[in-house]
Amino acid sequence: MALHTLNQPPGNIECLKRCLSALSEGDALLLIEDGVLASLPAYAAHYDQIKVNISLYALQADLAARGLNDLKDNRFIVVDDGGFVDLACEHDKVVSWY
Amino acid sequence: MIFSIVVQAAPYSCQSAETALRFARSLLEKGHSLHRVFFYGDGIHTGSALASPPQDEINIPADWNTLAAEHDLDLVVCIAAAVRRGVLDTNEAGRYGKSGSNLAEGFELSGLGQLADAIAQSDRVITFGA
Repeated sequence: MALHTLNQPPGNIECLKRCLSALSEGDALLLIEDGVLASLPAYAAHYDQIKVNISLYALQADLAARGLNDLKDNRFIVVDDGGFVDLACEHDKVVSWY
Repeated sequence: MIFSIVVQAAPYSCQSAETALRFARSLLEKGHSLHRVFFYGDGIHTGSALASPPQDEINIPADWNTLAAEHDLDLVVCIAAAVRRGVLDTNEAGRYGKSGSNLAEGFELSGLGQLADAIAQSDRVITFGA
């Protein structure tokens, strides 16, 4: 089980697609920096296509900095910086998409 | 748990340079250890002693230096990436006949072997890319 972090905005659609296609059963995806834009409901279809069970997270400070706290898709769980560290510990490895 | 961090983002160019610093602070606050921070690619600019951001802005090089002093961290700047971009310690400045050196206090120049060692010694390695 791996934690994947994505820091690219959905405008970099190839990065988002490559990241989502690499997710395996039990993995977690944490959106950080401009990546949190991909938590908007407009991108829900991308997550609907995922065939494996994964967990979705978004970094609190980056959502807040962009005014997206109340706009994100409800499937995303918000974590703070400490939660980011906890997720890294809970998973075998961390894969960074950038 | 033992962490190492790879920073590939130049300060003030990419947000991930700041995210890496925040992540380092958080893991240390939680009682984990940070074996090494490896600055690679454009991330080597973090090791410049000449960075002079406005006083009311975050000073990323200085903040790493402060964190390193508080927690006895190993801040390694990739030597090959640094020399070609103009971040030199006194040894390298002498080797290349340069008039001055600019590697900040608290950082050291070393090779990719230090990254391989960090990967071998750490439970988790996290890359903050640009």
